[in-house]
Amino acid sequence: MLEVRDIHTFYGNIQALRGLSLRIEAGEIVTLIGANGAGKTTTLMSISGVTPPKQGSITFLGQEVSRLSTERIVSLGITQVPEGRMIFPRLTVKENLLMGGYLRRDKAGVRADEERVYELFPVLRERRAQMGGTLSGGEQQMLAIGRALLARPKLLLLDEPSLGLAPLVVENIFEIIQQINADGVTVLLVEQNAQMALQIAHRGYVLETGRLTLEGPAKDLLNDPKVRSAYLGLD
Amino acid sequence: MFEQQLVNGFTLGLIYALIAVGYTMVYGVIELINFAHGEIYMLGAFLTLSCISMGLPLPLAVLLAMLATAAIGVLLDVVAYRPLREAPRLAALITAIGMSIFLQNLAMIIWGSRPLPFPRQALPAFFAEPALRFSEVTVTWMQIVIYVTALALMVGLNLVITKTRTGTAMRALAQNRTAAALMGINVNRVISFTFALGSGMGAVAGVMVSMYYNTMYPTMGYLAGVKAFAAAVLGGIGSVPGAMLGGVALGIAETLGAGYISSPYRDGVAYAVMILVIIFRPSGFLGRSMVEKA
Repeated sequence: MLEVRDIHTFYGNIQALRGLSLRIEAGEIVTLIGANGAGKTTTLMSISGVTPPKQGSITFLGQEVSRLSTERIVSLGITQVPEGRMIFPRLTVKENLLMGGYLRRDKAGVRADEERVYELFPVLRERRAQMGGTLSGGEQQMLAIGRALLARPKLLLLDEPSLGLAPLVVENIFEIIQQINADGVTVLLVEQNAQMALQIAHRGYVLETGRLTLEGPAKDLLNDPKVRSAYLGLD
Repeated sequence: MFEQQLVNGFTLGLIYALIAVGYTMVYGVIELINFAHGEIYMLGAFLTLSCISMGLPLPLAVLLAMLATAAIGVLLDVVAYRPLREAPRLAALITAIGMSIFLQNLAMIIWGSRPLPFPRQALPAFFAEPALRFSEVTVTWMQIVIYVTALALMVGLNLVITKTRTGTAMRALAQNRTAAALMGINVNRVISFTFALGSGMGAVAGVMVSMYYNTMYPTMGYLAGVKAFAAAVLGGIGSVPGAMLGGVALGIAETLGAGYISSPYRDGVAYAVMILVIIFRPSGFLGRSMVEKA
C-alpha cells in the first residue's frame, strides 16, 4: 500500500533521515520504534508532505506522492495524528472533528463518520460543544484520532499516541487503534512505548539516527535480545 | 453636548472597528502586523471615487472598490509576504512598512497628492439632514447609514468566521498551522481569503470616512491605520470581537478627549489609550494570556 524508498529528509542543513525505506501492506498495523531524535516524527512528516524528502520516493497505492502537497496527500487517503495531538484548543470538539473532514464534500458521509467517532469515544459526544483545549490529555488524544478518522483515511499515521497518558488510558487508546484497524484502516504507529506498540502491531521497524537497523514481525522483535535491552528495558 | 460626542464617537469607532478587524485577522493567521492595511483603506476611498467618476451609482461603486481592494490585499500577501513566510518576523514587518510607502506613492501618482473632496453629487441629498433629533442630540442620515453598514458587515463577518467551513479553517489555522495543514487545509488559500476579507472591510471604512469628512488623500491611511491598530491591541490582537469593541471604545475616547480636553489632543488620546493598555492589560479586553494548555 505504501512504499517508502531510500528517502533523505533535511531540516535546513541537518539531515534527519538518511536513506530510510519501509513498506506497509493494506490491513496491517506497522510500528516504527526508536529513541528520541531517531527520526520517527520526521518519517511521518515526510510521508504527509510537511517536510518533503530531498531524495528518494514514496509511493501510495502505486502513485508517487513525495512531491505532492499535504492537501493532495490527505485527499488520497493518508491522514496523520501528530505528536502532541495538536487539537485546535479554541474550536469546539465538534468543530475539531469537522476540520478533520475538511476536504470531503459528502455531507451525509461526514455526519455518519462523526456519529461513528462518538460511538468509538462516547466521552466526545458529551463534550462536543466544549472547547478542545478544556479536554484532558486522554480526551484530547481521542479527539485527535477522531478528527483524523473524519478524513476517512486508508492509511492512518499515529505519532506517539501514548505520550503523557496514564497507563489505563493508553490501554484504552491502543484497543481503539486495533478496532480501527479491524474496520479496514491500515495503521503506521510511531511509539516510544515499544512494548505496547509491538504487542498490537503485525510488523515493526527499529529506527536509529535516521536509518533502519532492524525489521521483522512484531513477535520476533519482542523476543529480539537487542530490542529487549535497548527499547523494552528487559534482560 | 456629552450625548452628541457619544454619537459622533460611536460613528468614528465603528469605522475604526472595520479597519481593526483586518489587522487582527491577519495577525491571527500569520502573526504579521500588516502595516500596509491603512493603505488598503485609503485605496478603498480612491477606487470608489474613480468608479463614481466613471458614472457608476454609489452602492455599485463601493461594491467594485471592495472587490478590487480585496484583490489588492490578496496580491499584497502573495507578492510581498508569502515569500517571507519562513523568514524571521522582522523581515515581513519591514516589508509591510515598505508596501505601505509604496502604495501611498502609487496613489499619489494616480490621483495626485492633494486632498480630493468626496463627490457630493453621488450622495442622496438627504444624507446631511438630521434623521433623529432628541433635544440637543442630532444623528444625521449619513451616520445612520454608517451604523447600519458597519454593523451589518460585522455581523456578516462574524457569521463567516464562526459558521462557514472556510471561516472555521481560518480559526483552526490561527491556532495551529501544522495541524491545519495536516487536515488538508490549503494554508495559503485560507490566508488569501483572510486578506481578502479584511481588505474588503477596510475599503468600506475608507469610503465611509471620506464621505463623513468629505475628503480623501493618499496619506490618510497612516493615522487611521495606526489608530485602528491601537484599537486591535486594545481589544486583544487576534480577537475579532475584541477589535470591534476596541474600535468603538477608541472612537468614543478620542471624541470625548477632543471635546473635553482640546481638539488637537484627539490623536494624543488615542495613543495614550494604547500606551495604558500595553502597560496595564497587554492582552487587551478579549485577548488571551499567552499561557495555555497544549
